Amino acid sequence: MRRFLISLGLALSLCASGAWADADPVALKALASDDFDARLGAIATLVAAGDADARRILTALSDDALAVAGERVVIVAGEQVLDAATGAAIKPAPASPESISLNNSLRQQVNSALAALRLLSDDRAERLASAKSLLSDMGEGATLLPLLDKALKQEQDGEIKPILVQLRAQASLASPDAALRLQAVKDLSNSASPAVKALLLGLLEKQGDTFVEPDEKVRAEAQFAVKAIDSRLVWSDLSGRLFTGVSLGSILLLAALGLAITYGVMGVINMAHGELLMVGAYSAYAMQGLFRSHLPDYVDYYVVAAVPVAFFAAALVGMAMERTVIRHLYGRPLETLLATWGLSLVLIQAARLLFGAQNVEVANPAWMSGGLQLADNLSLPWNRLVIVAFSGFVLLLVWLMMNKTRLGMFVRAVTQNRPMAGCVGVPTARIDTLAFGIGSGIAGLGGVALSQIANVGPDMGQGYIVDSFMVVVLGGVGQLAGAVWAALGLGVVTKFLEGWAGAVIAKILVLVFIIVFIQKRPQGLFALKGRFVE
Amino acid sequence: MQTRRTFLKAAVLSASIAAIGGLSSSAWAADTIKVGILHSLSGTMAISETALKETALMTIEEINAKGGVLGKKLEPVVVDPASDWPKFAEKARQLLSQDKVAVTFGCWTSVSRKSVLPVYKELNGLLFYPVQYEGEELEKNVFYTGAAPNQQAIPAVEYLMSKEGGSAKRFVLLGTDYVYPRTTNKILRAFLKSKGVADADIIEEYTPFGHSDYQTIIAKIKKFAGEGKKTAVISTINGDSNVPFYKELGNAGLKAKDVPVVAFSVGEEELRGVDAKPLVGHLAAWNYFMTVKNPENEKFIKMYRDWAKKAKLPKADTVVTNDPMEATYVGIHMWAQAVEKAKSTDTDKVIAAMSGQTFKAPSGFTLKMDETNHHLHKPVFIGEIKADGQFNTVWKTKGPIRAQPWSPFIPGNEGKQKL
Repeated sequence: MRRFLISLGLALSLCASGAWADADPVALKALASDDFDARLGAIATLVAAGDADARRILTALSDDALAVAGERVVIVAGEQVLDAATGAAIKPAPASPESISLNNSLRQQVNSALAALRLLSDDRAERLASAKSLLSDMGEGATLLPLLDKALKQEQDGEIKPILVQLRAQASLASPDAALRLQAVKDLSNSASPAVKALLLGLLEKQGDTFVEPDEKVRAEAQFAVKAIDSRLVWSDLSGRLFTGVSLGSILLLAALGLAITYGVMGVINMAHGELLMVGAYSAYAMQGLFRSHLPDYVDYYVVAAVPVAFFAAALVGMAMERTVIRHLYGRPLETLLATWGLSLVLIQAARLLFGAQNVEVANPAWMSGGLQLADNLSLPWNRLVIVAFSGFVLLLVWLMMNKTRLGMFVRAVTQNRPMAGCVGVPTARIDTLAFGIGSGIAGLGGVALSQIANVGPDMGQGYIVDSFMVVVLGGVGQLAGAVWAALGLGVVTKFLEGWAGAVIAKILVLVFIIVFIQKRPQGLFALKGRFVE
Repeated sequence: MQTRRTFLKAAVLSASIAAIGGLSSSAWAADTIKVGILHSLSGTMAISETALKETALMTIEEINAKGGVLGKKLEPVVVDPASDWPKFAEKARQLLSQDKVAVTFGCWTSVSRKSVLPVYKELNGLLFYPVQYEGEELEKNVFYTGAAPNQQAIPAVEYLMSKEGGSAKRFVLLGTDYVYPRTTNKILRAFLKSKGVADADIIEEYTPFGHSDYQTIIAKIKKFAGEGKKTAVISTINGDSNVPFYKELGNAGLKAKDVPVVAFSVGEEELRGVDAKPLVGHLAAWNYFMTVKNPENEKFIKMYRDWAKKAKLPKADTVVTNDPMEATYVGIHMWAQAVEKAKSTDTDKVIAAMSGQTFKAPSGFTLKMDETNHHLHKPVFIGEIKADGQFNTVWKTKGPIRAQPWSPFIPGNEGKQKL
């Protein structure tokens, strides 16, 4: 039925195109009407005409510049108002023309029609671009078939031609000629796009008792082509899922790395760790505000500036906490737990007072928006790629600090044997403060990363405290390497479970798994070897 | 501590309102009608509910400026249940038994409404609920000024299935894990089944409140959409999870022309926190859009903008109006009309006077409170997101339609349509 309507529309429009000057106002009026089918028909009429007038009207339509003023259809071009039918300026300009707006399906039709018209352009780059855009988004292909035929005949370029062949194949899947359809399916079988697969699957559908595709040979060929495409999609699908796991893992790692120092190495149960993340995230927000008001040209780089600011802000808060509260409670884990929990409430309330109880908006800079398209069904979002790289960078920094610097050596010495370290002249009290500050600063860095993907609000830290402890405990207390493996492992496992059982169940399963694991192996994945003085 | 703080807050707020309204403190200490406002001002729902509190305060000020109700000024009592469902019941009890409010305007999530219901029934209070919801409920003490499923969800899905909406054949029902999305999806599943959509062509996905990692779900939608036939996503995600969801949607390159997402809990206010450019063309169904053109709406928008400036709201120059705000506005006015008609604030007398009340709403239609089912007759609009975060209406009903709180698509609901 639909196919019939389209061919009817096409036939009508082809007749009409001969007497274009007469048909134009009718089509224009139909464009402005409320009737969806009439509007679709009007677009088909304009596409079939394909002349400069039609192109002008379609472009205006796609730019939302076409409007109705009284009885007339006009194009609004800045200050000027042009008559859509003739392109002449109307003087005086009519008051408040009402814009003709398109919905998704009409806009897609108009855009693909415009792209198809550009296939006939003299500029090679323009032809290539429009062919590629049509490949991902063709809309109702049958309308474009005559244009594609024409373009294919003219095209000489080696890169554009294969795309056109594929486009033509996509458009002619609905053709009434079975041989043409068979050829089309064969042409499509070497694609790797889910959109093409969906088209081919459409042929295999049943409508009532009959198949959409009446010819058995075409159906068999389509079945074969779907299998071929599937085998190409399976790898990109798997790597996509692996990436989401690594990305979640890198976020868990950033959240937990600070805790791996304060809890893992120093043994302080810091319930305010999540709030240190929050301090980092709010630093990013504050930097964004500063850049917006003082350096609007460089606003895209506020994230870079936020990194050191967040580190020092969180480190200062952490050091203040250590000096005032935690220092007096070393060796008393229960009191530490309660005191830091109280501190976390204080910090949440402070953020509420300073920034308000509502979430604040932290925008992704332009270079972190969008994604890297690796395959038709695999695009990796830039913000997540950047965060994965950033967590690697922070990890490297922490490793260097702990293993290659004098400070790192002191920290290790103090945590391994405090009295002996003190005897050989290590200022243990200062080292405690500094180590706690560094752990807190790293949590601040995690906060900057979180601000790019999650909501920033006063109680955002609460959601990460459990995850962070999970990572540190699972990895083995006192081990950086353990935290890395635990974070990545939890990330990947969570994502595969989510794909299989949904987000709610996945969360429960992971918690159950950790409880069971800790029962069996309380020391975590990596146990410290050697002698310790507790 | 908590009550003291909220008390202080309420006191400060009321004082500021008194100052704004230019009332002398003696004038309103004399005789006022107390009105409760029960919306989360912190936590995951604050993104949506804070604006409703502001709208309520604005409307109360508007009514007071015209002389109040029954010759008395209205006195707002604002409490913050902090997106914590049991606390909603606690605060509701406080409003009713301690503050003795005549009426409460409040709640957003259905779970919060379910949590306060027993309190309103027990103490015979009056609650105006301004948000679209899942239906399957009809309480004497509640007036529902938001949409029932047949005034939002069902028309939206019908639109998606029409040729105009892209002839969708497969559906992803995506929601936050609580009563509203679960019930709505149950109704939609039954509705889709009645339209001949097979079970294999529907998947349901739920996430916890405040969920922020939507990678897996977006990947799943992409895969599902790649398995043939046009796919659409119906989102009942609530609260601030919408921001990461739409961010991820934009970053993953899932365009509206391939897989349209129609949302029932995302309006102009929620889109303020997102860069709307990658979302152009995704849909929402509501009973009001800020872009609707009519004199009532212009007045409403101007009033709220002025209010935002006066109340010094954050980013007051970019405030927007949305559907639940309109429903709050309509609800307060209708309540005031009913009190005038009943010549009393007594719950039972006001309930009787509410039936058949009409109000010329900013949506451009005169809305009527149904005589029997406590729901408004509302028009339905379907809009596509524009680059500026506003909506372009692509479909609307000819006029207001009557609510069916008990969905006919759920067996056993026949004959339940009245109170």
